[in-house]
Amino acid sequence: MKATVHVMLKTGVLDPQGEAVRHALGALGFDGVNSVRQGKVIELDLADGTTEADVTAMCEKLLANTVIESYRVEMP
Amino acid sequence: MKAAVVVFPGSNCDRDLAVAFRAAGADVEMVWHKDTALPAGVDIVGVPGGFSFGDYLRCGAIAANSPICRAVKDHADKGGYVLGICNGFQVLTETGILPGALLRNAGLKYICKTVGLKIETSQSAYTEGYNAGDVIDIPIAHHDGNYFADDATLAALTDEDRIAFSYTDNPNGSQRDIAGILSSNRRVLGMMPHPERAADSGHGGTDGQALFRAVAGQLTSA
Repeated sequence: MKATVHVMLKTGVLDPQGEAVRHALGALGFDGVNSVRQGKVIELDLADGTTEADVTAMCEKLLANTVIESYRVEMP
Repeated sequence: MKAAVVVFPGSNCDRDLAVAFRAAGADVEMVWHKDTALPAGVDIVGVPGGFSFGDYLRCGAIAANSPICRAVKDHADKGGYVLGICNGFQVLTETGILPGALLRNAGLKYICKTVGLKIETSQSAYTEGYNAGDVIDIPIAHHDGNYFADDATLAALTDEDRIAFSYTDNPNGSQRDIAGILSSNRRVLGMMPHPERAADSGHGGTDGQALFRAVAGQLTSA
């Protein structure tokens, strides 16, 4: 079974990489990009029976740094 | 004083840190990341700079979960001294020993240069060899040194006089110009600049020597 974890910097935390991407898009002529936020997608291949609570624990302990990042778990 | 310097795969300032501790009079043992305990009688643990585990996931995140870091956390919890420099500071925030986090530099560039650091407090074993308000020259070399913490944490750091060093000319976007912070018991110091790279006359500067001498003086007389 698969799980997907999306990790993003929290709202209000400066994302200089996203800002650089926004500038680059503007330079390429893509107008109207108000902001860009860049995050990570982590795909997990899990043993059957692994629960969403287990994946949440993985996020809290390692996959995200909750001081600066929020996360969202997707499981089928 | 007995010091232990932790070595992770990808550490590259471990030997420099050991040299700086020894020059201040310490006995130094190197400790591998897979070790589960610190050597007996260790007064201070040095967590060195570098790129532990290739900075995978987040800087310091994998190192923070290595076996030795549980021992380092126990040492800190029991009131032991810990000095984390650069990647070591990142490791200490990832373990939760120090609050906050280090983000990508606001200018997105890796910065390697000597910067001015203002001594914000002389009230710690690390900074008592300086006078508050002094400005010293210490090199930085990092890509992720942009200190971030929530407002309550920043207020606590300021109110409790736990900001050890601030940048005179903020190079990386750190909140409140923070370059180094102390734990609430003032025995754990995390800092992005490299005092061990300014600890010998061959380095082009010796402003970092006073830090190692001060902490050695404290822990030898204790």
